[in-house]
Amino acid sequence: MGKFTRRKFLQASGAGLAGILATHQAPSFAQQASVHWIKWNDFVPASDELLRKQMLPEAMKALGAKITLETVNGNDLQPRVTSAIQSGTGPDVFMLFNNHPHIYGASAADVSDVAEAIGKAQGGYYNVAKANTQDGRKTLSVPWAVIGAEIAYRKSWFEEVGYPEFPKTWQEYHDAGKKLKAKGRPLGQTLGHTFGDAPTFSYPYLWSWGGKEVDEKGKVVLDSKETLESVKFMQAFWKDSFDEGGLAWDDTNNNRAFLSGTISATLNGASIYIETQRKPDQYQTEKGTRMRDDIRHSPLPRGPKGQFGFHLFQSHMVMGYSKNQKAAKEFLKWIHTPANYEKWFVSQKGYSTPPAAMWEKHKMWDEDPVMAPFKIAGKLGLSPGYAGPPNRKSAEVLTKYIITDMYAKAVQGMSPQEAVKWAAGEVQKIYSGA
Amino acid sequence: MRRGPISRALEREDTLAFWLLAPTLVILTLFIAYPFARGVWLALSNATVGEPGHYIGFANFEKIFADSIFRTAAWNTIVYTAVTTVFKLALGLWLALLLNRHFRGKSWVRAFILLPFIIPTVLSTLAWKWMFDPTFSVFNWLFWKLHIINSRINWLGDPDLAMASIMAVNVWRGVPFYAISLLAGLQTINPDLHEAAAIDGANRWNRFWHVTWPLLLPVTMVVVLFSVIQTFADFQLVYVLTGGGPANATHLFATYAYQIGIGTGLLSEGAAISLAMFPALLLVVVFQLWYIRKVENR
Repeated sequence: MGKFTRRKFLQASGAGLAGILATHQAPSFAQQASVHWIKWNDFVPASDELLRKQMLPEAMKALGAKITLETVNGNDLQPRVTSAIQSGTGPDVFMLFNNHPHIYGASAADVSDVAEAIGKAQGGYYNVAKANTQDGRKTLSVPWAVIGAEIAYRKSWFEEVGYPEFPKTWQEYHDAGKKLKAKGRPLGQTLGHTFGDAPTFSYPYLWSWGGKEVDEKGKVVLDSKETLESVKFMQAFWKDSFDEGGLAWDDTNNNRAFLSGTISATLNGASIYIETQRKPDQYQTEKGTRMRDDIRHSPLPRGPKGQFGFHLFQSHMVMGYSKNQKAAKEFLKWIHTPANYEKWFVSQKGYSTPPAAMWEKHKMWDEDPVMAPFKIAGKLGLSPGYAGPPNRKSAEVLTKYIITDMYAKAVQGMSPQEAVKWAAGEVQKIYSGA
Repeated sequence: MRRGPISRALEREDTLAFWLLAPTLVILTLFIAYPFARGVWLALSNATVGEPGHYIGFANFEKIFADSIFRTAAWNTIVYTAVTTVFKLALGLWLALLLNRHFRGKSWVRAFILLPFIIPTVLSTLAWKWMFDPTFSVFNWLFWKLHIINSRINWLGDPDLAMASIMAVNVWRGVPFYAISLLAGLQTINPDLHEAAAIDGANRWNRFWHVTWPLLLPVTMVVVLFSVIQTFADFQLVYVLTGGGPANATHLFATYAYQIGIGTGLLSEGAAISLAMFPALLLVVVFQLWYIRKVENR
């Protein structure tokens, strides 16, 4: 190699600089696109590991872009997206929950082209996915997954109190819970301010009694006989059957309580069961057997007006302020390619249900019958704001925890009439506001 | 020697004063005045996240005053501040008096006393969160082992207990600040005064009440002033322990403003809630400053 003299250096760097100045462009190596993706800390940690160690390096190679993954507690996603939008800088791709895309619609890049192609190729999106991500003008975010919420329960404990089959109605569930609590094995449920387990219980519970936030036309109808009945029932149900610590639980407390054998049943994603599979010898029953063999899943029981479900829905928004929108969209296309998405989906072991119909037929669902109830979670789930269309208002009701608080207030001693009146008043204020 | 124009200008007292003050002024404008003005503007607009909004007068304030959660948060903030300030002052003063005595290992004890104040709030509060955990609370375990309770205490799930729990943590965190500040005040009191009072036959209580307390009062008022402002605007502790729950029972101004403004994206309403603290705090501050001046001029 020839000697690199000062003169040569000056010549080379001078010419380079002149080139950059003339074309107003830095050379391409300095312009490698980068995508900053922020999502929740997965309740199946193996999936985040898969993304970090295997999939993202593959994506970077395939797309020639740098991809940074940041994971945060699910409850911190909303504060992060608000500050990012207000400062006009931050991650390029945000994971959002449920109908939250409607809150941030004005700051979203249109991803219609990406989402439509994926939906079409994968058997069509479920209604819940469409409702949460489309506002009639554009597609606000790309559907990612549905976290099926089912009741995880201890089969043997329910058998001991006379329920070889899981209770089918709220009355039966109340009865079973009462007997279980008497044996020091209460049901567990959060009525706290937390994104997942609280609303995925309180909304379908309300719907199953016939209560609704608004009717099909968007008129507030929460203050109804049906809602009142649901609150009255809950007061006794809570006292007789539930672990009363649930008022202060976040999304992780019920996992810990169940795994430590403190509660007999709880509405949850499949993370409890998956954890017992991951560490089969760590989690044992009081008889010294593996806890995983004693866990089963069931949908929420039926109310007077039917059986309902609300499952945490996740989608990814490409932010309007992002200078890397093109690369971000390319990345979303890449990760939703069936061959790539499948790797992630399989690592979830059924904790996540894909948002499109094609995946119902995937062979993974046949591997473990305990996980079978999660297969059609996306198909049956409704959006908060039912029976009205999901929009910004229903998203506001959700993030203010009004429906959950209605029940929390009642179990804390407020009269059911007052609790319903309070909640209906708050919902009315939101729907009649600008 | 000839002086340059800059040197000559700086010799004028008013010019020099201006330049010496300038950095502070810039910092105050950037970090205090601008955010405050921006907050006022937000509170008077209908801005939401991503949408700048326009002027709507006092509509946000009308909305929050009609909001039952806001009223709960306002009442909680007042109770939280009042109760914790009384406890922090009493315990802090007691601790300061103890630390003002001579004993072996005094400097070590003084250093350890400061620990709750030194550890980052979020970290220490997370430890408290575990101690109050609904299922794994170490307090419940201890009380149960000692046969004091036979069912779990719902520390953060019961509205009144949750409020009491966050107050207890605030007192735990705040006492060292009082103790150390008051200790500094105690050490400025001339021991001769105590001796003179003792010779005149004053007992321990009389010496405290007629000598120590009047001389300590100006320092105490300043400490209380700082503490009230901090406590009134407290956020981290409640956010980590309860997030404002159960069912909004422990929301303070700051946590509710955060939930509405940042969580729900209603920036203007969140700003209005934060700003609603301002008149109350202003009254407290004006009263205390007036009182300090009165005490000092006595």
